[in-house]
Amino acid sequence: MKKRRLEYFIELILKACAVVTILTTIGIIWVLLSESLTFFKEVSIKDFLTDTEWTPLFAKKHFGILPLISGTLLTTFIAVCVALPLGLVIAIYLSQYAPKRFRKIIKPLLEVLAAVPTVVYGFFALMVVTPFLQNLIPNMAGFNALSAGIVMGIMIIPFVSSLSEDALQAVPKSLKNAAYGLGSTRFQTSFRVMVPAASSGIIVSVILAFSRAIGETMIVAIAAGQQPRLTANPLVPIETITAYIVQVAKGDVPHGTLEYRTIFAAGITLFVFTFILNNISFWIRKKYREQYD
Amino acid sequence: MTNSKKNRIKDKLFEYFGIACTFFGLVMLAIFIGNILIDGLTRIDLDFLQNLPSRKPEKSGILTAWTGSLWILCFTTLIAFPLGVAAGIYLEEYGKKSSLSSLLEVNISNLAGVPSIIYGLLGLEIFVRVFSLGNSILAGAFTLALLILPIIIVATREAIRAVPPSIRAASYGLGASKWQTVWHQVLPASMGGIFTGVILAISRAVGETAPLIVVGALAYVPFTPSSPMDEFTVMPIQIFNWVSRPLHGFTINAAAAIIILLLITFIMNGIAVYLRNKWQKKISW
Amino acid sequence: MTNELNYILESKNVNVYYGELHALKDINLKIQKNSVTALIGPSGCGKSTFLRVFNRMNDYIDSFKIEGDVFMEGQNIYDKKVRVDELRKNIGMVFQKPNPFPKSIYENVAYGLKIQGIKDKEFLMDRVENSLKQAALWDEVKDDLKKSALALSGGQQQRICIARALAVEPNVLLMDEPTSALDPISTAKVEELINELKEKYTIVIVTHNMQQASRVSDNTAFFYMGDLIEHAKTEDIFRNPKKERTQNYITGRFG
Repeated sequence: MKKRRLEYFIELILKACAVVTILTTIGIIWVLLSESLTFFKEVSIKDFLTDTEWTPLFAKKHFGILPLISGTLLTTFIAVCVALPLGLVIAIYLSQYAPKRFRKIIKPLLEVLAAVPTVVYGFFALMVVTPFLQNLIPNMAGFNALSAGIVMGIMIIPFVSSLSEDALQAVPKSLKNAAYGLGSTRFQTSFRVMVPAASSGIIVSVILAFSRAIGETMIVAIAAGQQPRLTANPLVPIETITAYIVQVAKGDVPHGTLEYRTIFAAGITLFVFTFILNNISFWIRKKYREQYD
Repeated sequence: MTNSKKNRIKDKLFEYFGIACTFFGLVMLAIFIGNILIDGLTRIDLDFLQNLPSRKPEKSGILTAWTGSLWILCFTTLIAFPLGVAAGIYLEEYGKKSSLSSLLEVNISNLAGVPSIIYGLLGLEIFVRVFSLGNSILAGAFTLALLILPIIIVATREAIRAVPPSIRAASYGLGASKWQTVWHQVLPASMGGIFTGVILAISRAVGETAPLIVVGALAYVPFTPSSPMDEFTVMPIQIFNWVSRPLHGFTINAAAAIIILLLITFIMNGIAVYLRNKWQKKISW
Repeated sequence: MTNELNYILESKNVNVYYGELHALKDINLKIQKNSVTALIGPSGCGKSTFLRVFNRMNDYIDSFKIEGDVFMEGQNIYDKKVRVDELRKNIGMVFQKPNPFPKSIYENVAYGLKIQGIKDKEFLMDRVENSLKQAALWDEVKDDLKKSALALSGGQQQRICIARALAVEPNVLLMDEPTSALDPISTAKVEELINELKEKYTIVIVTHNMQQASRVSDNTAFFYMGDLIEHAKTEDIFRNPKKERTQNYITGRFG
């Protein structure tokens, strides 16, 4: 009996450890909700969503999240524009063209791109990419969405490429053989057969890249500026949601003030974006897994 | 030109294009690392490692930063490793088909996608305020532990799944209980994969900046921590702080600190890859 | 009373279901002590499932359901009071594919004892040596007991698995097609071994190989589509089977 009780006890401990992850989620939602609910008692949700200025730290306060959202989406869009074509071509090349040995060496190397700390990429964007781009575009500001977005794009290349490659590898071999059997070149096979067949997996990789870019913090905090601005111009300083949170957390905003709560209101906005994107990708992945099983 | 010839040329062109794209990111990284090495390599000496931060860039060092990172690394590992492995074991070996497991599964995949800065907000409210740990190493370590938990759980599950069911059958067949089978057979056989995942997760934690800024790690700490309740800074925050200063000397310092941070990150990743290969060779079922 | 002594295992009206599938239908079978009983039949006939009924290895399959009683020396092994780990110490099992643990030869054989909490080094070494001798492997491996079991040949691996099962001194040894993954020479060794082991153990063996069944077993049970068609002395089954199905199967007309 002793042994059986021990077994039961161990299972209970293991289960408790697993449940920590659920508590984490509950904790995140509770923290974001409770602080931002207090925030929304003082600032109306309508102002929050429609006001075009975000100046909570100034004397004349505005609490419109739109400038932060536009900053976030702008850098994200630039990043995805860099990472999506590159990542996709790499995935197709590695899965359809590259010799096996080359693939084995190059894949871990590509992963290195994702392993580099983001603060390092921030330095890269500010100190290398921006001066370089300023040579080409003289009126570009020192802080701007463009270099931050490009560097972020380089960082998320391995996300897109490895997820897309997995999707391409999951396409049944018979399909590929059928295409080759009809005399297609690798190029035709890739784009007419493989990519369409793997499209759901590729879409997942794009969504996750979006989600990743939206939540990225240090690159934009260092290189994109701290000026919330409702603009689509990639050459001027902007501010993203994440960079704003860093800006406030870095300073000495006292706990319990309205300014302090703005970071939770910004946080919940960010969370909602990534949560929706992640769930869409999870849902697609689940559906498409069923497809091939 | 015939159609098939055109097709063949297109095919070949795409191949070269693919090679170019594959190397694009790596070349950028190489350019960048080269740049940093030129900027920062000469700045690294013993003094740089032993000096406290200072207002003068030439006198500044990263002593508080790297000791802080070391403290954070140790405590994050101590918290996340047992939690993550235990949770992974539970999901893979125990709660296979329960509704709790499917909830856990969705939840973990969701957590893996939550931006790191959100974990910072969680840590700020829960660990800094509710548990009143203050802006301490412990608060930072708990925050980062939760952040890397999904990575460790996923790695543990993959490693455990790679152990063939016949090993479990053999163990059960000899009268072993579930936990005995897990402890004596499944875990030893999957340790390589688990360690690989844990090292990768820790290396991620070492490079994290945003959540620690939010839980209140300081940019300027004039002393090295002596207990887990002390205030602290870490390498990435020191770098962030120096990058934001206009003085050129600080940029040099940032480059030098980046070299060291990258060295740590690459070494850890190297160890992880080495471990993975070694284990794969040792056990071939 | 003599019956009780002679039969060590007995199944009474055993029905097994995997979800919708009725895998075993009303099986009544007694297994004689210190004999070798072969379970034969075409793939999917339920013979492996039946083998696993005796050490409750089917319990891990989600949709598995059993009705009826299974006795070992008079004790119902599906009784709630029965501890599965105790049961399996008494009923060892050897699997289709050699499945040594990725550990040393010594650790493999000693594992069953160690998990019982036995720590005495001398005792363990004694048992390991003894079991390896019984498995006719001692002379081949005695000098490198520390070597990984995975480094051995397939035949040696399977004999390690047999030694591992013997080390806990079971009464019964269940063998699920133990030679199907082995070459002919290793197969011959394992068959020889089975002949020696029946002096001390009761052996139930599932096999696809008719010649093997006739070579090693005393009794043979023929299964077809979840039914036990015929159970008799091996020579009777092979010389003059009573049922036409058995006749057809052993003469190779289907299978």
